[in-house]
Amino acid sequence: MTDYLADVAALARKDLRLELRARDTLPAMVLFVVATLVVFHFALPGGAGDDAAYGLLWVALVFTSLLGLGRAWAPETEAGALDGLVLAVSDRSTIWLGKTLAALAFLGAPQLVALPAFALFFAPLDGPALAGVALASIGLCAVGSLVSAMAAAARGREVLLPLLFLPLAIPLVVGGVGSSISPDPGTYLAFLGLYDAVFAILSWAAFEYVVTE
Amino acid sequence: MSITKPSLATLAGLAVLLAGVSVVMIFFVAPEDADQGLSQKIFYVHVPIALTAYAAFGLGAWKALRLLLTRGERYDLESYTGIHQGTIFGALTLITGSIWAKASWGVWWTWSSNQLVLFLVLFLFYCAYFMLRFSIEPGPRRERISAVYALFGVALIPVSFLAIRLASDFIHPTVFTREGPQMTGEMFAAFCCSWAAITLLAYVMYRTELAGKRTDLNLRALREALAR
Repeated sequence: MTDYLADVAALARKDLRLELRARDTLPAMVLFVVATLVVFHFALPGGAGDDAAYGLLWVALVFTSLLGLGRAWAPETEAGALDGLVLAVSDRSTIWLGKTLAALAFLGAPQLVALPAFALFFAPLDGPALAGVALASIGLCAVGSLVSAMAAAARGREVLLPLLFLPLAIPLVVGGVGSSISPDPGTYLAFLGLYDAVFAILSWAAFEYVVTE
Repeated sequence: MSITKPSLATLAGLAVLLAGVSVVMIFFVAPEDADQGLSQKIFYVHVPIALTAYAAFGLGAWKALRLLLTRGERYDLESYTGIHQGTIFGALTLITGSIWAKASWGVWWTWSSNQLVLFLVLFLFYCAYFMLRFSIEPGPRRERISAVYALFGVALIPVSFLAIRLASDFIHPTVFTREGPQMTGEMFAAFCCSWAAITLLAYVMYRTELAGKRTDLNLRALREALAR
């Protein structure tokens, strides 16, 4: 158990350290999400109201996570480092868990900028809305790091990833938007929790088959 | 040929026969719906096609699970064929559902029909399955990645269903009522007959496609052996 967690921590730390040295994903994600919000200001008609803005926030969050996930396996696929990792770890699912945790950290940074910016530009965010963002981020990263590992094995991965990822992200958007605008956000938060549990377990169990030759 | 497993030709004949019987039952035995009249007849085709699509997706996922557990190579083609048939029947569900929506609600598409929206999501998901499959080099890696994605599909069906139900609360506050009266005995018989016909037809198509794909693979292997 401690070995398992040590592997996960080492893998997540490796991704964060790589990013801190190269800085090729995080600044892009932050800029992207702010630029998207500005675009949305002009895309929204004048009297659209707050509900439409909450919907667009979720579009921005999903696409920002997509931007990060597209780069998630780049260090491993370049120079064939993934084969080495698969041989090195005690359990292959640690690679998935490490990647998911790193992806969560990567998604958290643009959200720290995007959520205050959203509250400033568009509409206030309450507790349930923030809880919805947190729960949906777990789902986005858990499914996203598995699906992007699949896309990384294929030709044309940049084109393929959104196609694989968006149908799986639709329930998260429903839960997220519901928790922001519904008078009864509990149902939606529970649904997001259910999604996270189902797909995290499935991704955790299935990851081994995606990376082994 | 054994008694327990009838030949494909027999099954195909049986499917055609059943389809003929269901057409007769739909138009001559089942009474006309009091509300919707003739347009309600598409129900006997639309719903069985949708159920068959689910069954085909389920079959594809089951074969995918078998592939991952036993590493049996043949399950890859079976899983792929199941999903292929599911996608064909899913597209037919969208088309027949759209026609029904036009006939009874006057629009070609309605987001308030949860079933249609679910099929749209599934259709997108399984189209991506084909994109994924055809952009990986053939081999064990492709088999396993396709299988994992197929398994995600069966988890996505109930989760999406739930999500769409939840979404209709804030997108369409008014609950859409399904057709009011319960089915009569004749209607139910016609429905079951049509369901059996379409399921059998799907199975025949599945077996035919599988046989074709296997022959194709064998032929390619033979050619490669001869070229050497």
